[in-house]
Amino acid sequence: MALTEKDPITGRETTGHEWNGIKELNTPIPRVVFLFLGLTFAFSLLWWALMPAWPLGASYTRGLLGADHRQDVSRALGAAQLDRQAWTQEMESLPYAEIEARPDLMRVVSESGRRLFGDNCAACHGAEGRGGPGFPDLSAKLWLWGGELETIEETLRVGINSTHEETRYGQMLAFGRDGMLSRPEIASVISFLRAHAQNVGEPDPRDAQGAEAGAEIFAEQCVSCHGEDARGLKTAGAPDLTDGYWLYGGDRASLTQTLVNGRQGHMPHWEDRLSLAERRILTLYVLGLKPPEGGPDDS
Amino acid sequence: MIARLTQDERRNALIILGLVALMGAVLGLAGRDDLLGWHGLLIVIFAAGLALPILGALDAPEPTEDRENAYYDDPTRLGILLSMGWAVFGLFMGVWVAALLAWPELTFVDSPWASFGRLRPAHTTGVIFGFGGNALIATSFHVLQRTSRARLSGQLLPWFVLLGYNLFCLLAVTGYFMGITQSKEYAEPEWYADLWLVVVWVAYFLIYVLTLARRKEPHIYVANWYYMAFILVVAVLHIINNLAVPVSFGQVKAYSAFSGVQDAMTQWWYGHNAVAFFLTAGFLGMMYYYLPKRAERPIFSYRMSIVSFWGITFMYLWAGSHHLHYTALPHWVQTLGMTFSVMLLVPSWASAGNALLTLNGAWRKVRDDATLRFMMIAAVFYGLSTFEGSFMAIRAVNSLSHYTDWTIGHVHAGALGWVAMITFGSIYYLVPVMWGRERMYSSALVEVHFWLALLGTLVYVFAMWNSGVIQGLMWRTYDESGSLSYSFVDSLVAMHPYYIARALGGLMFLMGALVGCFNIYMTIRGASASVAQGDRPADPNADRSLVAGE
Repeated sequence: MALTEKDPITGRETTGHEWNGIKELNTPIPRVVFLFLGLTFAFSLLWWALMPAWPLGASYTRGLLGADHRQDVSRALGAAQLDRQAWTQEMESLPYAEIEARPDLMRVVSESGRRLFGDNCAACHGAEGRGGPGFPDLSAKLWLWGGELETIEETLRVGINSTHEETRYGQMLAFGRDGMLSRPEIASVISFLRAHAQNVGEPDPRDAQGAEAGAEIFAEQCVSCHGEDARGLKTAGAPDLTDGYWLYGGDRASLTQTLVNGRQGHMPHWEDRLSLAERRILTLYVLGLKPPEGGPDDS
Repeated sequence: MIARLTQDERRNALIILGLVALMGAVLGLAGRDDLLGWHGLLIVIFAAGLALPILGALDAPEPTEDRENAYYDDPTRLGILLSMGWAVFGLFMGVWVAALLAWPELTFVDSPWASFGRLRPAHTTGVIFGFGGNALIATSFHVLQRTSRARLSGQLLPWFVLLGYNLFCLLAVTGYFMGITQSKEYAEPEWYADLWLVVVWVAYFLIYVLTLARRKEPHIYVANWYYMAFILVVAVLHIINNLAVPVSFGQVKAYSAFSGVQDAMTQWWYGHNAVAFFLTAGFLGMMYYYLPKRAERPIFSYRMSIVSFWGITFMYLWAGSHHLHYTALPHWVQTLGMTFSVMLLVPSWASAGNALLTLNGAWRKVRDDATLRFMMIAAVFYGLSTFEGSFMAIRAVNSLSHYTDWTIGHVHAGALGWVAMITFGSIYYLVPVMWGRERMYSSALVEVHFWLALLGTLVYVFAMWNSGVIQGLMWRTYDESGSLSYSFVDSLVAMHPYYIARALGGLMFLMGALVGCFNIYMTIRGASASVAQGDRPADPNADRSLVAGE
């Protein structure tokens, strides 16, 4: 028999085992351990009785409460929908003018709209809707496809160059890449544009060359979409070239890129992902976006 | 190290390395048009790098001492160094990804390997498998021999396990940088690396069983129960979760045997028990040896050890489904996961309590000795994070905490507070013992490391608690109209200060590890691995019958 010994500090016996100097006391398990073991086991037994818990071949014990998390979530979603029905129905059916006249509905627009815009639109258009290269500044109110409420609602529904069957379709042709214009011709058009447009950034020495030839080429090639006065054509999504807002940049390098390779921006359609009420909220919210103080940022 | 092998053993080592290189060459040739080719090359270089010094010393004199009369500590020494090396790598990766989360534009290197998705598994694998795994192998070899009073089984087997395991870690981490992953969290490596780990792990288990069979103590010490549970269950988890069919033997890609919710359940059964048996059971083994050793106190209660061991090993295996609350997983599986997690709390706390009560009579040492304090704080964090884990496994709590930074905070309370602290404490105890020094080069630097580690952990964990709870609340706040109040981006903006704090906490922890590396380097510099008196196995020739209860 190995000898047990008494630990002088605790007064407990050791088990008599020793491993390289390590000994163990034979202290009984404190009562509190059994108490909490009992409590947690009792809780588990109770929970198993109340809730779906143990598998029985192809089935499982259903539990006395008849709980089912799939039904729970359906019920919760149904209740939430019912709760929102009061205003979602109005949001879907009332004309925009009536909604705008109702402070309660417009409060929903500003609160929900901000959240919907943040989750669905901000990734491209920015948190304040100010856009960036290739993504329109929505606060500038310079609409490619028109700024009427119904038009914006339709743009949200079908998207632009999206996979929706009724998508809006717009394309800036690749004049250079597809051989419709030579590089010098493109350079002349750009000189012409920069001579007449605003907000074109730093002057460039090449601007002085070919503006007159550019005017002729513009009249031949560009007016069908951008119009004789270059003010754009909303039914084609062709931008106004005189308003000083450049979606892809008004400097020579960006314009060359645009004319050589063309542009075809993409906006997803939201008909499948957002309800009609949500799309109408966003429509109103987008129209209410404010440009930054002191006019559009020209950076 | 090679000098301690006989010439026959050196030749056998060369044969094994030759086979490994051959395997690498076959993989490399079969996968020459795939990323697999690079890994084949890596395996060949790894084997060749080990073979060269052996070739150079093939005819060097054989060992003269009676090897059976000494413990086999060379693998432990290298394991400690590898562990610290991986710690620095893994923690650095952690600070990098934490900085990326706080300042996403901070991509120093604009190339795919430096993207968040590839760095993050390099962080987790570097820390869990590189740092943690090497520490477990190194300490388990040491503890196994001392508590069995027998030398490790085999001359080459321990080297095979340690070096083979590190080859696995290298394949894993280099694979992530190249974009090789099977997208299972903590089980990212693809089929060939997984198969290799199975071979290594079986060898590890063999060492354990064979050495225990030769033990000169009648009983198997608690630490060895835990190390055995760690090795055995990790083998089962690893094999089942990684069942997959490769597209071809020349490609890295393989398809899992599981799909849909079964795949999710298998993955989280694995994931949670990787926490349970890799990060808990293994390190409890470490704690059960080094804490009483350093405190020079007997374990508080043998009976509590038994209850906790069987409670932990039995209940943990059921708890994995709490990672999938409110998902497509059937409700009844969630109930089981939740209730077993709640019951698990008591044996977990019994372990933490057993460790802390062992310190009764040694609290003065805890105050004065940072090495023991590392172990004490580890036990405290073990208790904290097991309570938190059981709490978060309750479905109603989980509905708030899931998918938030609270989970990240919880994991790091365990990984930094428990796993890393018990490891640093054990290593500070072990380094002087292994290199024949009386103490660490500087106890002041151990103290510095302790405070950096503790402060870093607290900053990290508190930042993530705040961040996680705020996130969870923002995601479930509705306005009067019944719409969500905040967009996802709103919650990200709210996280930003906490992400900065987290990066700072991680940086402190990394600095602590660097201080530790310096201290260890200064301690072992110029040391001869002399054996302390009496630190030898029992005489293997003595006829000593073993009687249980003796």
